Amino acid sequence: MAAELHVALVAADREVWSGQATLVVARTTSGDIGVMPGHQPLLGVLESGPVTIRTSEGGTVIAAVHGGFISFADDKLSLLAEIAELSDEIDVQRAERALERAKSEEDASAERRAEVRLRAATTR
Amino acid sequence: MGAQLRVYKRRIKSVTATKKITKAMEMIAASRVVKAQRKVAASTPYATELTRAVTAVGTGSNTKHPLTTEAETATRSAVLLLTSDRGLAGAFNSNAIKAAEQLTARLEAEGKEVDTYIVGRRGLAHYNFRERKVSESWSGFTDEPTYADAKKVAVPLIEAIEKETADGGVDELHIVYTEFVSMMTQTAVDSRLLPLRLEEVAEESHTKGEILPLYDFEPSAEDVLDALLPRYVESRIYNALLQSAASKHAATRRAMKSATDNAGDLITSLSRLANAARQAEITQEISEIVGGSAALADATAGSDR
Repeated sequence: MAAELHVALVAADREVWSGQATLVVARTTSGDIGVMPGHQPLLGVLESGPVTIRTSEGGTVIAAVHGGFISFADDKLSLLAEIAELSDEIDVQRAERALERAKSEEDASAERRAEVRLRAATTR
Repeated sequence: MGAQLRVYKRRIKSVTATKKITKAMEMIAASRVVKAQRKVAASTPYATELTRAVTAVGTGSNTKHPLTTEAETATRSAVLLLTSDRGLAGAFNSNAIKAAEQLTARLEAEGKEVDTYIVGRRGLAHYNFRERKVSESWSGFTDEPTYADAKKVAVPLIEAIEKETADGGVDELHIVYTEFVSMMTQTAVDSRLLPLRLEEVAEESHTKGEILPLYDFEPSAEDVLDALLPRYVESRIYNALLQSAASKHAATRRAMKSATDNAGDLITSLSRLANAARQAEITQEISEIVGGSAALADATAGSDR
């Protein structure tokens, strides 16, 4: 059996996803970071961006994460986010509308959130 | 129907109506407790992970941060009091307010000025009525608080703690809320959120004794701590809001249950009284008839002679 890491993606009010994975790619404030089993203990600040989890079954889980932390130790990885959505939970039309609205209101943070959401939804 | 009987009947009817209302409120509160409890449970993974991370940074690095270092002499404290928007919850709000007042008195005895922040209309009304100063207050979400609400509450508190004490900032942050122990027990508790006591945090997350790994910080320990601590405060406030909401619903359920029971007792004793009144009326009518006919019989017997 290949080495695996246990991933828990938790939002403030619920556990979004948890399971075994072989690779997790997330965006920290200093750039994208990939974590594989046996990685050095790590604690990082996440930027809002998509998180890619390659599960042990060979599938891929993509989630949009807005702000939070990544912490890894003993092959246990936790992704803490205030808001986290799995790509198949995202309503593409709503996200598009939100993006347009954010653009017209020139709300940079909302625009970024909507963009991340859309990207996560379309790359699934 | 006699006047007395009519009064009893009317009271029975009104008590029955009240009983129906309190019964309904009891059931609503019961279903809400379960929902609120579920929300508390759902928020636990995030809180546990966050606490773990805070402990890891706090103990694993020698960084000094305003949110973790205690001021030499604390002169101002902020107290956040969580109450509910609506009453009919027994002693729920007065217990929380009492706990806050005890804490305030204790802090003042230590020579600290106290800024009060309040969540919930009940607590605010209590302070306004006594014309006490309230720094800021929020209401309208105490029944079903969301994470966004917790964030809203946390913002000015974090701002206050980051400001220098001389410019109106505070050195400490305390929170008073009602802990949900079980369906039957809810206790008003106060705890100090900031500055952090790392030993306490470690104890809470049951990580005491466990050796935490040496973390790599990305981008740096200071930045991680900067980002982590406000989230930690938010998540603690969120948890307190949820527990307070669950406690409020449990308190309402209990209060409404005893109201329903009391209404039932009242109806029983009132119907007994009404029955006695009806019986007395009948007895009186019979004795009137008997007396009347006897008098009539005496009169006719007299005229015969």
